[in-house]
Amino acid sequence: MSTKNWPLWEIFIRSKNGLEHRHSGSLHAADAEMALENARDVYTRRNEGVSIWVVESKNITASNPENNGEMFEPAQDKVYRHPTFYDLPDEVKHM
Amino acid sequence: MSEEQIKNLEEQFEARIARDEKIEPKDWMPEKYRQTHIRQMSQHAHSEIVGMLPEGNWITRAPSLRRKVALLAKVQDEAGHGLYLYSATETLGISRDEMYEQLHTGKAKYSSIFNYPTVTWADMGAIGWLVDGAAIINQVPLCNTSYGPYARAMIRVCKEESFHQRQGYEIMIKLANGTPEQKEMAQDALNRWWWPSLMMLGPTDAESIHTEQSMKWKLKRKSNDDLRQQFIDQTVPQADLIGLTIPDPDLKWNEERGSYDFGEIDWDEFWQVVKGHGPMNKERMKARVGAWEEGEWVRDAAMAHAEKKQNRKEKEAV
Repeated sequence: MSTKNWPLWEIFIRSKNGLEHRHSGSLHAADAEMALENARDVYTRRNEGVSIWVVESKNITASNPENNGEMFEPAQDKVYRHPTFYDLPDEVKHM
Repeated sequence: MSEEQIKNLEEQFEARIARDEKIEPKDWMPEKYRQTHIRQMSQHAHSEIVGMLPEGNWITRAPSLRRKVALLAKVQDEAGHGLYLYSATETLGISRDEMYEQLHTGKAKYSSIFNYPTVTWADMGAIGWLVDGAAIINQVPLCNTSYGPYARAMIRVCKEESFHQRQGYEIMIKLANGTPEQKEMAQDALNRWWWPSLMMLGPTDAESIHTEQSMKWKLKRKSNDDLRQQFIDQTVPQADLIGLTIPDPDLKWNEERGSYDFGEIDWDEFWQVVKGHGPMNKERMKARVGAWEEGEWVRDAAMAHAEKKQNRKEKEAV
């Protein structure tokens, strides 16, 4: 008996054309083709999708939540990136 | 595939678009659809990238910190929008390098408006107000275009750009209410940017060769002339509100049409600029190609660093 485990795959499903693929969950499979087939059976039994992407989990590099401060806080005080920062008279239309 | 099979596929394809279905990268598509989208989307991406140059010119000379951070944020957005659009175009099977090559050799076009110089601070106001105003009119319908990756990129772009026009108009309000010299500067910028902004919405319907096909594929929802009229009708009251005069003696409200009549556009000028004879065509290309060439060592260094890290990781794993 093989002691090698099947790798983990992350599954992304497009529910309909025009929408982006969204992460649905993960599953184990021996290779990419099997991951696609299993994803079809596990995640689209009720017509949830028209397209599936599978990515081996180890190929995903995720940010570390411990670093969220330095990653995301710099955007917080940049209010001038938002339309409400600019003073316009009420009479202005179409802007 | 036989000709008949292709014809069949094409009919199904057109029917899908007519039903408002989206086309995604792995779907079958006619070669002409692919090529037209590569052309328009890459041109759109190039316009975002070249569009940074006229405004980048004023970042270091913005008159206050408020104006500086706003302009910086706008130019930063344009870089991001270029990247969204290049990535979306890559889903059609063209590489980033090929697109850069087309831009740098002059094979691909970008919006002609960026071939005009930005000579005073008021030009930052006029660009935000007029150029972004015209761009928004062009871009909003694209959020609903038939090619999925393009539509999704445009939704992001439109959402993020909503501040661009407001920051420009705010600059114009301040100048128009300032000293006589400041007001004159605002009027001068409007005089220079008005006609090129009208040209931005494309040749007249009679001259526009791509309109019919683009309408079918929802790359376009309204004709160039209709978009231009919409732009004029919404912009004239904005000029009136701040006491600036649109530089068109023939501009007149037409009660019957419920729209403004306007004067003749100098299309010779438009075609001259498209063909490369505008005031800044050479300068823009020189700056763009220069940035690419001078950045080569940075790209090489990043690759070398990544390889070094990889080698170290492999060594540690042994």
